Amino acid sequence: MEMGLGHYLTLAAFLFSIGAAGIFINRKNVIIILMSIELMLLSVNINLVAFSQFLGDMVGQVFAFMVLTVAAAEAAIGLAILVTFFRNRGDISVDGANLMKN
Amino acid sequence: MTFASLAFYVFAGATIGAGLGVILARNPVHSVLFLITAFISVAGLFVLMGAEYLAMLLVVVYVGAVAVLFLFVVMMLDVDFEELKKGFADYIPLAVILGVVLIVEIGFTVAAWRFTDSAELARQHPSPTAGQVVTDPTGPNNVESLGLILYTDYIHFFQIAGMILLVAMIGAILLTFRERVGIRKQDVTSQVGRKRAEGVEVVSVPTGKGIQG
Repeated sequence: MEMGLGHYLTLAAFLFSIGAAGIFINRKNVIIILMSIELMLLSVNINLVAFSQFLGDMVGQVFAFMVLTVAAAEAAIGLAILVTFFRNRGDISVDGANLMKN
Repeated sequence: MTFASLAFYVFAGATIGAGLGVILARNPVHSVLFLITAFISVAGLFVLMGAEYLAMLLVVVYVGAVAVLFLFVVMMLDVDFEELKKGFADYIPLAVILGVVLIVEIGFTVAAWRFTDSAELARQHPSPTAGQVVTDPTGPNNVESLGLILYTDYIHFFQIAGMILLVAMIGAILLTFRERVGIRKQDVTSQVGRKRAEGVEVVSVPTGKGIQG
């Protein structure tokens, strides 16, 4: 059986849905939410590389490179905010993130 | 079943399984390890597609930096993770519904998807030297052809990527920086600005008597 574009798109769709569902399941744990976002970005990368390869256009891989860079920056900033949040509150529950509201 | 399709199904299965592991694992450390598994499997898929450079980048950047960063934070923060798991079951129906709806929607898109007429034209005029990657074995390899367009046509993208990383680095340092009170720190300004008068005292010592402190 020939490996087609559809295989990769289906895999990416499943991975994206898993990531989206993960955000809803782990409503309280910010670390897992960040990891779910990484999964979703990864699935987008699969799509970009698959299209790039099957259409014979390298620009898709340049774009995947950009997504990778932004994902790394986002993880660094997100975890830095998380550490600061933990220092201020003593836990990382999302429900408690209402310091600015009061 | 060819070797390529077998490898695809192995890597794809590992990716999906590891993805489920990330969101369902009880222990966040296990979640991070599942995340690493997912990254490595996707790197394998990238190699399968011929995108070797991005595959290696994924291993180095994601597994080597991002996942280790996650691991550090999970282990550094003294969080009661059992507490965070409370209410986990309440959200499972919502999450399953959302996931299924998303899958079905994307499924509609993939099923009804086809090339437009202009895409055919675009395929005949790919980016410089890119079209030879798959078809011509003597042509430039993946890394070479990526470099050929990344450093020429997309040099601004490349520089913006560098700026994004710089800003992220500064932001992360600034966010986690804290002034500690009560620690002894070297103060170079006061050391350099010291005068002779406050540093040295000339005492004439009487012979045979010494000086009393």
